[in-house]
Amino acid sequence: MEKWYLMTAAVLLGLTVRWTVSLNSYSGAGKPPMFGDYEAQRHWQEITFNLPIKQWYFNSSDNNLQYWGLDYPPLTAYHSFLCAYVAKFINPDWIALHTSRGYESQAHKLFMRATVLIADLLIYIPAVVLYCCCLKEISTKKKIASALCILLYPGLILIDYGHFHLGFALWGVLGVSYDWDLLGSLAFCLAINYKQMELYHSLPFFCFLLGKCFKKGLKGKGLVLLIKLTCTVVASFVLCWLPFFTEREQTLQVLRRLFPVDRGLFEDKVANIWCSFSVFLKIRDILPHHIQIMISFCFTFLSLLPACIKLTLHPSPKGFRFTLVSCALSFFLFSFQVHEKSILLVSLPVCLVLSEIPFMSTWFLLVSTFSMLPLLLKDELLMPSVVTVMAFFIACATSFSMFEKTSEEELQLKCFSTSVRKYFTCFTFLPKIIQHLFLMSVITMILLTMMTVTLDPPQKLPDLFSVLVCFVSCLHFLFFLVYFNIIIMWDSKNGRSQKKIN
Amino acid sequence: MAALGIAIGGGNWFSALALGVTLLKCLLIPTYHSTDFEVHRNWLAITHSLPISQWYYEATSEWTLDYPPFFAWFEYALSHVAKYFDQEMLNVHNLNYSSSRTLLFQRFSVIFTDALFVYAVHECCKCIDGKKAGKELTEKPKFILSVLLLWNFGLLIVDHIHFQYNGFLSGLMLLSIARFFQKRHMEGAFLFAVLLHFKHIYLYVAPAYGVYLLRSYCFTANKPDGSIRWNSFSFVRLISLGLIVFLVSAVSLGPFLALNQLPQVFSRLFPFKRGLCHAYWAPNFWALYSALDKVLSVIGLELKLLDPNKIPKASMTSGLVQQFQHTVLPSVTPLATFICTLIAMLPSVFCLWFKPQGPRGFLRCLILCALSSFMFGWHVHEKAILLAVLPMSLLSVGKAVDASIFLILTTTGHYSLFPLLFTAPELPIKILLMLLFTIYSISSLKTLFRKEKPLFNWMETFYLLGLGPLEVFCEFVFPFTSWNLKYPFIPLLLTSVYCAVGITYAWFKLYVSVLTDPPVGKTKKH
Repeated sequence: MEKWYLMTAAVLLGLTVRWTVSLNSYSGAGKPPMFGDYEAQRHWQEITFNLPIKQWYFNSSDNNLQYWGLDYPPLTAYHSFLCAYVAKFINPDWIALHTSRGYESQAHKLFMRATVLIADLLIYIPAVVLYCCCLKEISTKKKIASALCILLYPGLILIDYGHFHLGFALWGVLGVSYDWDLLGSLAFCLAINYKQMELYHSLPFFCFLLGKCFKKGLKGKGLVLLIKLTCTVVASFVLCWLPFFTEREQTLQVLRRLFPVDRGLFEDKVANIWCSFSVFLKIRDILPHHIQIMISFCFTFLSLLPACIKLTLHPSPKGFRFTLVSCALSFFLFSFQVHEKSILLVSLPVCLVLSEIPFMSTWFLLVSTFSMLPLLLKDELLMPSVVTVMAFFIACATSFSMFEKTSEEELQLKCFSTSVRKYFTCFTFLPKIIQHLFLMSVITMILLTMMTVTLDPPQKLPDLFSVLVCFVSCLHFLFFLVYFNIIIMWDSKNGRSQKKIN
Repeated sequence: MAALGIAIGGGNWFSALALGVTLLKCLLIPTYHSTDFEVHRNWLAITHSLPISQWYYEATSEWTLDYPPFFAWFEYALSHVAKYFDQEMLNVHNLNYSSSRTLLFQRFSVIFTDALFVYAVHECCKCIDGKKAGKELTEKPKFILSVLLLWNFGLLIVDHIHFQYNGFLSGLMLLSIARFFQKRHMEGAFLFAVLLHFKHIYLYVAPAYGVYLLRSYCFTANKPDGSIRWNSFSFVRLISLGLIVFLVSAVSLGPFLALNQLPQVFSRLFPFKRGLCHAYWAPNFWALYSALDKVLSVIGLELKLLDPNKIPKASMTSGLVQQFQHTVLPSVTPLATFICTLIAMLPSVFCLWFKPQGPRGFLRCLILCALSSFMFGWHVHEKAILLAVLPMSLLSVGKAVDASIFLILTTTGHYSLFPLLFTAPELPIKILLMLLFTIYSISSLKTLFRKEKPLFNWMETFYLLGLGPLEVFCEFVFPFTSWNLKYPFIPLLLTSVYCAVGITYAWFKLYVSVLTDPPVGKTKKH
């Protein structure tokens, strides 16, 4: 590639922004007794380093699970263990059992930030660069531009947590889309073993690979591929979980920690259906626990069913990417016990379709960052948030000239509107509406942000602004769910009609 | 924001570049800042709370006002905004005060005044002829030039991390250069006169301005062979130029003349009591000279040619700004550096007089003046290299030879700024930004001049690549060796000597190319 230097510049820029943002405050800085996610990560290093592996997930006098107990899959634990070794080499106080609780210092912050940056540099960024280089049917300039935009996506930069699972998931997508199926499924298994939330992405992977096997014929090559894939998945899971398979109780305890079904339907303020709906009706208090689980399961299942069936029947890399988006979005909107940070799991696949539908993707990514506003304000990240969001917006607007790309074709809605026009001939105003909606949504987001920052909420409703933020974001996400499902459902018709024209 | 989006959406790459770097500057707000931050806070306090008659006498803080009056007025104007942020920072006795609002105000004042710099870059880009313009946007000289200037590594770290106001001062200089290119000489002269009264370090490039205006503006015509036509001298132009300079100086220095304080002002502006080299040796001729002295004294001690008792105790590298005696070589006096500087500048100025080549020739002379003063000046700061680097960017997109000189000068000059930021959190920033700028500048200029011979010969390539191991040694290896306590100055010494070689080489190469360049008249015949 002749313009490799521009790609290098994009990567370096992404790294610089990451590091400068990380100089700001972190989650739970100076807030005893619980601190925040930063302390959770540090505490895991402490636990994994000082306790034998059998006690990692069990409550004991040395391991109080109420205080940031380990609730991520084994790979995360191993990773913490590795970091702890480095920490011990630099300063043993950082991970001393019991005494290091709530440890905070400039040097330690630097260390934690460096671990994240290095992990990003090793896993996430190469995946982004490789993905963009492999994109088909676009110019080199566009490839670099999309890499720059993906690397500048504010959500991932601001939520200061090593996004290993996303990095591995990206490797998975990369592998599966370019027919390195085994590599892809291995990477995705690693992703799941880093963070159970990756299950949001698992159905599209499953359907896509299954669809591929069907396509090759279940009696010949397809079967071989299926067996290979199954072996890969089983082997990688067994390897990751080996120390916990020794006793049944161990495995069960890990699973209990990973899926805490006894927690509520949602926590804090999250921009999904349940939280927004409880503005009108307190579902959490009215319905019994198991019914809540059932309802959320049914809704999730129904909302992702069409896209998944479609993908199994017509597996294509493009359909796969869009199904990833819509499935993750369904999970985020309807499933049980969702965290506001889980929106990042939707944002990642949206980043992947950035070059295909720049306008809508940028819009979605802006909304996703906005939906985390209460969280970002809590961490005192207002300034870096505003700056990175603007930088991201400018990068997207300049490199894709997205305001000119709002025709039906560029929104990938051509087939949809043609088929609607069979019934309503006057259905030609869609792009206009979408443009106006975008303008309105941007204005709403800006106004809400300014209100949240400057005004004090009325005493009776202390959470007024954060609930408003969630509600507005939730409306947006519903709209996007419909939009992405439309694209998926009308996609192959598009492909076929194009072939006919050719 | 929507309007902003539409403006950008229209493919306006320049505003995207400018906004992008502005946002990066905003991200740098929480980074480390040096004592210059306190210096400027103190000046805000002095100008705000004291009458003019006290400005150049006030000495509560050790950071007394030592910039010319316009800068003091600039601080005065800023202080009227500052009072809405935090009244406390305007108190002269509030030493080392830095609340979060003070920090925000000071940082934003730099970012906002950089608007002038952005405008100046915009004007400069208009002066570049786009003959060789490629089809791709990223290969156009204008695009490359605006990245080289707007995203300049040196400006970013000196202004937005270390803390200074070089952005808008450089903006003034670039703007005056651009005005010369646009044949608006009076305006250019005015801008430069104003600039001089903002920061007197620009006196170093004044000879270029003076000679150029006299030769190419006051003399309105040349003989066909390019030599001077004496009867074309225009008195009107000379007088109007003189009037401009006089009026600007009167506005600036007048009040102090009326108060009878001029000697005091000048004694503050030109503190000759400081040492030959700054705390950290700027990579110039004197760094080489002092290093040679050090080596000779060590050899002398080894061979017992020198008496250890007679060697002065004050080590040059101990980090103190003070008078210093060389051990073996003769010590250097301010007068000697002054004469050296003058001698180094003279050929370039002669060249400007006898071989006038329009604004481009002026620009070369200006850079040579800046570099010569950097090479031989008294108490030179490493930051002064920006004075040469920024105008050199303008030349670099024109000719392959200049591009090669620019790259050597910039890379070494920027690397020599590394010791300014010595704190751990800023280490990744400086390395990443440096890589970003260096990789971009080298690759983009190589792409621009790909049809000509390679920009670097093997020696230059080897030298530039050597910066990498040097950085690794200084920042990652040396602190863990046992020498760290005994000889803590070694990384600084190595950095400054290594960079001095590169900068001297670039200076020399530029001089050769200017002196051997055929005059305009002859090139046309070819």
